[in-house]
Amino acid sequence: MVQLTLPKNSRIKTGKTWPKPSGAANARKVQIYRWSPEDGDNPRLDTYFVDLDDCGPMVLDVLIKIKNEIDPTLTFRRSCREGICGSCAMNIDGINTLACIYGLDEIKGDIKIYPLPHMEVVKDLIPDLTHFYAQHASIMPWLETKTNRPQKEWRQSIDDRKKLDGLYECVMCASCSTACPSYWWNSDRYLGPAALLHAYRWIIDSRDEATGERLDELEDPFKLYRCHTIMNCTKTCPKGLNPAKAIAEIKKMMVERAV
Amino acid sequence: MRYITDRKRAQGLGSGRSGTHHHWHMLVSSICLVILVPLFVFTFGSGLGRDYADVLAFFSRPFPAIVTGLMLIVGINHFMNETREAIEDYMHGVAERLATVAVSAFGYTLIAAGLFALVKLAL
Repeated sequence: MVQLTLPKNSRIKTGKTWPKPSGAANARKVQIYRWSPEDGDNPRLDTYFVDLDDCGPMVLDVLIKIKNEIDPTLTFRRSCREGICGSCAMNIDGINTLACIYGLDEIKGDIKIYPLPHMEVVKDLIPDLTHFYAQHASIMPWLETKTNRPQKEWRQSIDDRKKLDGLYECVMCASCSTACPSYWWNSDRYLGPAALLHAYRWIIDSRDEATGERLDELEDPFKLYRCHTIMNCTKTCPKGLNPAKAIAEIKKMMVERAV
Repeated sequence: MRYITDRKRAQGLGSGRSGTHHHWHMLVSSICLVILVPLFVFTFGSGLGRDYADVLAFFSRPFPAIVTGLMLIVGINHFMNETREAIEDYMHGVAERLATVAVSAFGYTLIAAGLFALVKLAL
């Protein structure tokens, strides 16, 4: 059943306000969601002040500066710092995006940072993506073939290869799925935009020989048809991809083979 | 706490192998309603405010009667299917099933009552 209010132990309280750095001419207020499973307290919103004259241009730079210089207990995932690994996905200024490629100049006013919405939190800005990854695995994200020839590489025309553009670039950051209200309410059964985009990437691959089986597995009122074309996924994707279009293409293929 | 793997939890009971026909029917009824709703608004609207004898004469004409009948069947069926979708979105378990039955019963009763009234007016 849908929950319209947060459970009591998830309600966010006002947290600690750290002092402004002395002599900072360009201090910016940053509010960050904090929660640790170890202390049993409710989540809180800590306030930091960062001198932007002494900081990199991206939100991830602010987080790293806070962790290095102000509060080493702040916990978040990051790795490539160039939008390739998808680790630093979080909710910044109300938008699910990658902290490493989201510029501070894109944010007006205070910087507010939360973990990806409607996911269980491991700690601070780290969501639990176990189920999200398991859903990705369930769509068989690999090439399925039945014929054993050719035994070397399987060739693909330039036109067929072009069909994978806009699909293979997904870095599985989960920004889209966690922006989708259908995924919020039914993530146990609905696969979500990221997994469906990947499903379409393999369905449309000219070398794959399991197209029918893949469509069979997706034909379900929840796995696929919980998508109501809300388009939050496309709006939020930090890589500029269009999961809603991929889902619509799957639906078109379903109609094509059934009607 | 259930001791099952993440993959088993994600797979659930597997695919229901349905949904496409529902999706297609919603598309078809949406397209029908794009045509029917303006027709219904204009025909039904032009019958409003007249006296009883005029309304009887109005609905005994084939065009307004057929448009109203189609609107009742297609419109309420579309409404029922969309409401079921909303119920599936937001409710689960026994409550979901009971709400689905209630919406279906209400929708079919509405269609029957509307058609009965239309036939009584038209004939």
